[in-house]
Amino acid sequence: MTERAHAPEVSAARARRWGAFYYAEQVLRVMKGYGWSILMYSVGQPVAYLFAMGVGLAALVDAEDAGAFGGVSYLAFIAPALLVSAAVMSAANEFTFPVMDGFKWRRTYYGPHASPLTPQQIAAGQIIAVTLRLLLQSAVYFAAVAWFGASPSGWGWVGIAVATLAGLAFGLPLMAYSASIKDEKGQFALVMRFIVMPLFLFSGTFFPLDTLPLAVRWIGWISPIWHGTELGRVFSYGYQEPPVLTLVHIVVLVALTVLGWVLTKRQFIRRLGQ
Amino acid sequence: MRNKAIVSSTPSDGLPARQATVIAAEDLRKTYGDVAAVDGISFSVPAGESFGLLGPNGAGKSTTMKMIGAVTQRTSGKLSIMGLDPDSHGPEVRALLGVVPQQDNLDEELRVRDNLLVYGRYFGLPMSYLRPKADELLEFAQLTDKAKSKVDALSGGMKRRLTIARSLINEPRILLLDEPTTGLDPQARHTLWDRLFRLKEQGVTLILTTHYMDEAEQLCDRLIVVDKGRIMAEGSPAQLIREHSTREVLELRFGSERNAIIGPELQGIGERLEALPDRVLIYAHDGEAALEQVSSRGLRPVTSLVRRSSLEDVFLRLTGRSLVD
Repeated sequence: MTERAHAPEVSAARARRWGAFYYAEQVLRVMKGYGWSILMYSVGQPVAYLFAMGVGLAALVDAEDAGAFGGVSYLAFIAPALLVSAAVMSAANEFTFPVMDGFKWRRTYYGPHASPLTPQQIAAGQIIAVTLRLLLQSAVYFAAVAWFGASPSGWGWVGIAVATLAGLAFGLPLMAYSASIKDEKGQFALVMRFIVMPLFLFSGTFFPLDTLPLAVRWIGWISPIWHGTELGRVFSYGYQEPPVLTLVHIVVLVALTVLGWVLTKRQFIRRLGQ
Repeated sequence: MRNKAIVSSTPSDGLPARQATVIAAEDLRKTYGDVAAVDGISFSVPAGESFGLLGPNGAGKSTTMKMIGAVTQRTSGKLSIMGLDPDSHGPEVRALLGVVPQQDNLDEELRVRDNLLVYGRYFGLPMSYLRPKADELLEFAQLTDKAKSKVDALSGGMKRRLTIARSLINEPRILLLDEPTTGLDPQARHTLWDRLFRLKEQGVTLILTTHYMDEAEQLCDRLIVVDKGRIMAEGSPAQLIREHSTREVLELRFGSERNAIIGPELQGIGERLEALPDRVLIYAHDGEAALEQVSSRGLRPVTSLVRRSSLEDVFLRLTGRSLVD
């Protein structure tokens, strides 16, 4: 005798409680399909960057002025920034094209939308899955940083969570935007080139933000990469900054994440409910 | 919550009317801005019935299906699905439905069998249930040997069957099918119809939209003809044909230039005459007799064909337009 499906009420009750995780499970299954490239990206990128910057560039920089970066090596200075930037770039990928896939190209949101799941659970499920991916990727990245000896403090591993948070702080407002696009006519490429790249370069990544002219320093202030990087530096090598600024970093990153999530949820409900 | 609607006063031909109403809609409306996609329609569907919404593209069929499927909120009116209001009990309503959407939305990156497993998880169904069920449904959809294939390797008909299999993973009480065979070749359509017949035999309530009259005739116990968001007629296919058309139709072609000109010369033959750009339709109880009358008037059509009346004729009569443009 084969097992029967449980009653619809049971399905609905379970979906109401666990729906977001059911959808996250699906996203992770799909991600597994390109798991190899995620892994290569997570391992290959840090090794390449750390080697190029830490061995090549750092040799010049450290020889020039050893005290320029608050008494730590150039490699230790940029490692938290690289960790955060990698998470932000992955988030930028995960929250653009797959969202377009869901609403338009392959309409993958519409299948679960006809099941007991709600639009906000579909959005949340994708966010949960990407968060797990960012955590995993950042952990691998951090392992490479530690192996290069670029995280002198014992608290450097907190940077894994910081990088993930920075990824969400940048990625979720972007996800809300992606969910609002009816036609992708190269907007995502523009986002990568004219938002992600400048943020990567001018967020105190390779040099302290205050070495920049005041006219462009604001790029850092609004940048999740800057807030994440500075926060990461506090944990990675005990970077000295006013405690209130540390608090500001956390508040900004959390606020952007929450704002992005709320906007995304609203957009999903509106668009799927049409 | 309202669930007072009684079984339709027109029980389906040849089938005993059953008591329980599974879907009741009353003055259902959906507007987008100023446009009324669904403009006050009422119907009820008893359990186990195969109920169709027939109409041209843009008639409001899909919008009605979305409201029944609890994915779009209605603007006004009443709607109950097995006693539940889909607007307030979305997850509960969706949990008892199976949905085959107009456009396939399978997970192309997953394998065929995984599509079924993943979908079952949305209902919180355990793997111990899902694994054998997925195999059973693959068998039903004649896709067993494709279980491990990627979805994008399937043909259109296979994808459709997989979508139907997916919609059955939760053993739904009601199956919603939006244009289930659009875009399929004739053989694939017949395979699909056969599968749907089997579900019907198992007592699943089928709600389907179509703009193919043959599909409606094949699958529906009862249907509503919808145009511009309103119901034009309601009944079984046979009933509708009886009420709105004659038994037979004589189709004549005189060549595209002459069809309209020759119309007046055919007056008086049969019960009604419809001059279309490409052909003239004469509605008559005896098509052969009508054809003899045409010949006796000295008119020589290029081709002539006597056929039974279909729902296409009903639609033409009711709206003055064809179903398929």
